[in-house]
Amino acid sequence: MSARDDILSNIRRSLGVTGRETIRTQIAEERLERAPKGLIPARGQVSGEERIALFKAQVESSLATVTEVSSPADVPQSVASFLRDHNLPATLRMGADLRLKAMPWGETSLEISHGPSAGKDLNAVSHAYGGVAETGSLVMISGPENPSTLNFLPDNHIIVVSAKDIAGDYEAVWSKVRFTFGKGSMPRTVNWITGPSRSGDIEQTLLLGAHGPRRVHVVIVRD
Amino acid sequence: MSVHSTSPQFKENAARALSDTQLQRALGNVKQGFIDKRRKAVENLPEFEALRDSARDIKNHTLRHLDLYLEAYEAKVKASGGQVHFARDAEEARAIVLSLCREANARTVTKGKSMIAEEIGINEHLEANGVTPIETDLGEYIIQLRHELPSHIIAPAVHLNASQVEQDFRRVHKDLDPNRDLSQPVQLLTEARTVLRERFLAADVGITGANFLVAETGTSVIVTNEGNGDLTQILPKTHIVLASIEKVVPTLEDVSQILRVLARSATGQEMSVYTTFSTGPRRSSDADGPENYHVVLIDNGRSAMLGTSFEEMLRCIRCGACMNHCPIYHAVGGHAYGWVYPGPMGAVLTPSLIGVDQAGHLPNASTFCGRCESVCPVRIPLPKLMRHWRDREFEHHLSPATFRSGLAFWGFFAKRPALYRLVTRAAMASLGWAGRSKGRFNWLPLAKGWTKSRDFPAPQGETFQARWKRERGNNA
Repeated sequence: MSARDDILSNIRRSLGVTGRETIRTQIAEERLERAPKGLIPARGQVSGEERIALFKAQVESSLATVTEVSSPADVPQSVASFLRDHNLPATLRMGADLRLKAMPWGETSLEISHGPSAGKDLNAVSHAYGGVAETGSLVMISGPENPSTLNFLPDNHIIVVSAKDIAGDYEAVWSKVRFTFGKGSMPRTVNWITGPSRSGDIEQTLLLGAHGPRRVHVVIVRD
Repeated sequence: MSVHSTSPQFKENAARALSDTQLQRALGNVKQGFIDKRRKAVENLPEFEALRDSARDIKNHTLRHLDLYLEAYEAKVKASGGQVHFARDAEEARAIVLSLCREANARTVTKGKSMIAEEIGINEHLEANGVTPIETDLGEYIIQLRHELPSHIIAPAVHLNASQVEQDFRRVHKDLDPNRDLSQPVQLLTEARTVLRERFLAADVGITGANFLVAETGTSVIVTNEGNGDLTQILPKTHIVLASIEKVVPTLEDVSQILRVLARSATGQEMSVYTTFSTGPRRSSDADGPENYHVVLIDNGRSAMLGTSFEEMLRCIRCGACMNHCPIYHAVGGHAYGWVYPGPMGAVLTPSLIGVDQAGHLPNASTFCGRCESVCPVRIPLPKLMRHWRDREFEHHLSPATFRSGLAFWGFFAKRPALYRLVTRAAMASLGWAGRSKGRFNWLPLAKGWTKSRDFPAPQGETFQARWKRERGNNA
């Protein structure tokens, strides 16, 4: 018997089932189909300005920084001044995201390059799929638009998120993912990012910039 | 069994740990840090206790339908272009991983932090076969340099002080300036970041664990703070996920429920920095990501725990809260437990995995204070399960002769109530009289082991039964 069949039959023997019980199978299938939500904390169940305010407060408590701009056209200037304020080089790596592409980067002196990171880039910008106000988390989706390597290799990661894409809770984001990709299907990688990389492995002292970005800066676009 | 166990020598290990001043200093960090941070995170979320119930129920439901969810998970992984391999035990798992590494012509393998990887002893096996494994979690990297096992399931190097890490870095990173300043923890972190960055970029295979597997979508989930797990899995051509079979949960909503109690219980964060959901290899349009995606599903004793009282242990999500709150762990640290899993969860799980004859001391290393159960995010009744192991140990005649004859002696009196009352009344009266001046004893016959390090409080001269009878009489 293969290891697979052996393991499954051991599980069934321990549970005292055959695996062919109709009701039991239906219960599991129904749970996979319905995906019941469970308990959602009240904290994130706010809307409008209150939700944006909660998101910002949570982003800051995760030790990331956050700013707001009133339109996509204002993003490049905001990013340029963030880099300048931190004495960072005026370079920026990004993927093929159309929303980022449409922004007037030419109005800044930033040197823009495109594609995934091979580990040499200091600064990168990505466009988030969404945000979660409950914990100030950013939701990133892999693909040529926003390659996953940009989330982890550069020292400074700037994440642009539309105010309208900020959800109250994770469950709302999963509903949207199902709508975009189809029930039961997922993009290759979904990254939830809550603050800059850190480690407490040396004497339980919190240190930022372990292997991923030392700084995470969030730009909320009000449009 | 895989990794060599020193659990049978728990008593010697513990005695050594108690007199290890470096260790005792480092353990101070556990007591101070983790407990406060968890408490604050819990206070910040009114629904926390209800979420613990929800997490427990999800895990229970999954375990009762484990065969079905594993089949559903497997089908989804295949549909997304990944491959699933089943391993009955550690040996099979090691063989699968090695053959996947050979398929990839791997020279170096980066590794994210994974307890199941420790359990199956994958590093030694790869090394013995010419493949170099490189731990990338800072704590795991440090203990790999020291050829040690993790002493904590989420803070593997918690038993060390910064000065010890500095010595290890100077010993191993020989090509760096010997006069460099490494006096600050941040300098150690920066050095590890620089050294490991090269390793990430050069690795042929990346091995991670999984905090969860999602049956609905065929997704593996890792939760980290450093980002090392992500660099491990997106940079090399091949990503291998190692997961024990009980890691599966039905849906994305179920994962989200459990994530709300995981980080809060572990580090006191509202959410860990990186929660990553991976489904299959890179897609045709992708610019990065692994070209091959393999999952090794490992049983190694779990299926036999189902349907027994130890099934509840399979709910464990490896947060470490039980050890962070354990007075025994605080006193002796993780290595004394002698195998992969320390603390209360280790005291219950280790006998299941390597046998109670090997690990019988562990469920006895408990004050039964109950703090572990009171903080467990999936409400595992750890003290009850430790008691089950004690029962089994007794039934199998594994407990020492003095312990057994002592119990038999007590049993003789306990079965004869009149005699029991007579003897205890006489004993309490005489002990109470003997200890009346100081109220305690610093020496007692037959109890030298106890009185060597602390005083024994003197009884007040009356038995509990007598007092109960008297007070009830007064209240009636």
